[in-house]
Amino acid sequence: MAIEIRIPTILRSYTGGAKVVEGAGDTLGDLLTDLDSRHAGLRGRLVTEAGALHRFVNVYVNDEDVRFLGALDAKLSDGDSVTILPAVAGGAFGFAAAAAISSHSAAAAAISSHSAAAAAISSHSAATAVAAR
Amino acid sequence: MHVLSIDRSIIDAIVAHARRDHPDEACGVVAGAVGSDTPTRHIPMDNVARSMTFYEFDSMEHLRVWREMDDRDEEPVVIYHSHTATEAYPSRTDVSFAGEPGAHYLLVSTREPDSEEIRSFRIVDGVVTEEPVRIVEAGVDPHAVQSYMFGQSPATVDYECSGR
Repeated sequence: MAIEIRIPTILRSYTGGAKVVEGAGDTLGDLLTDLDSRHAGLRGRLVTEAGALHRFVNVYVNDEDVRFLGALDAKLSDGDSVTILPAVAGGAFGFAAAAAISSHSAAAAAISSHSAAAAAISSHSAATAVAAR
Repeated sequence: MHVLSIDRSIIDAIVAHARRDHPDEACGVVAGAVGSDTPTRHIPMDNVARSMTFYEFDSMEHLRVWREMDDRDEEPVVIYHSHTATEAYPSRTDVSFAGEPGAHYLLVSTREPDSEEIRSFRIVDGVVTEEPVRIVEAGVDPHAVQSYMFGQSPATVDYECSGR
């Protein structure tokens, strides 16, 4: 069963420069394990030590964001196309998000969903704004 | 040394976007032909964080725009965002998230109401390198070029959206 995976520039060091690779698996989690057997280290850039998808990596199955398909449990079928894009994000507010990224596993534990992260970020920034006055 | 060469009309459009979204951060992309290092197509993006201190592309818009670039043999030559109360220099957050090693990361600061600070950086493996921004006046004379470095903004220009 072949599934096509589109690899972003920043992760092509794991695929020998290849932009598209093939893999197999019934779920996204299985697929990433399969890929890691040939492209060692790739899975670790996408999945936290706690076993969740990194908050700031976007993975799509065909045209859907996997966050809405069960994340690593998203079901795959033959012929599906999986696209990986590192989130484009940033901003003036420094420490919370930077800390979240620099310690991936802690971030994954603390930030388990999109909305929780956004809430955490906005409440932190509100606190900073108040503190700055 | 890298230089970002960019058309005046694109810079004007980016600044107008940043002014429009101020005090929230604005973000977007300028696409260009693969390997050309020339930004030609300005794509303002939604900031789903709608925050004064954080920006994030909408994941579905991100996919759509990246696919479109792929189809047109383009790449993100410039990824820009605004800082609305601080200088146009990458924060630790910006450095942590920078996921496009080939892109020029352009920052616009809108903290001053009537002038903008525009600076450009490469961010590769956590290392920030500033580069000059060369604004090309294509509309006037393609060979007439002005260079700006290290945060020197263009002399005050009344951008069309600055009064709103």
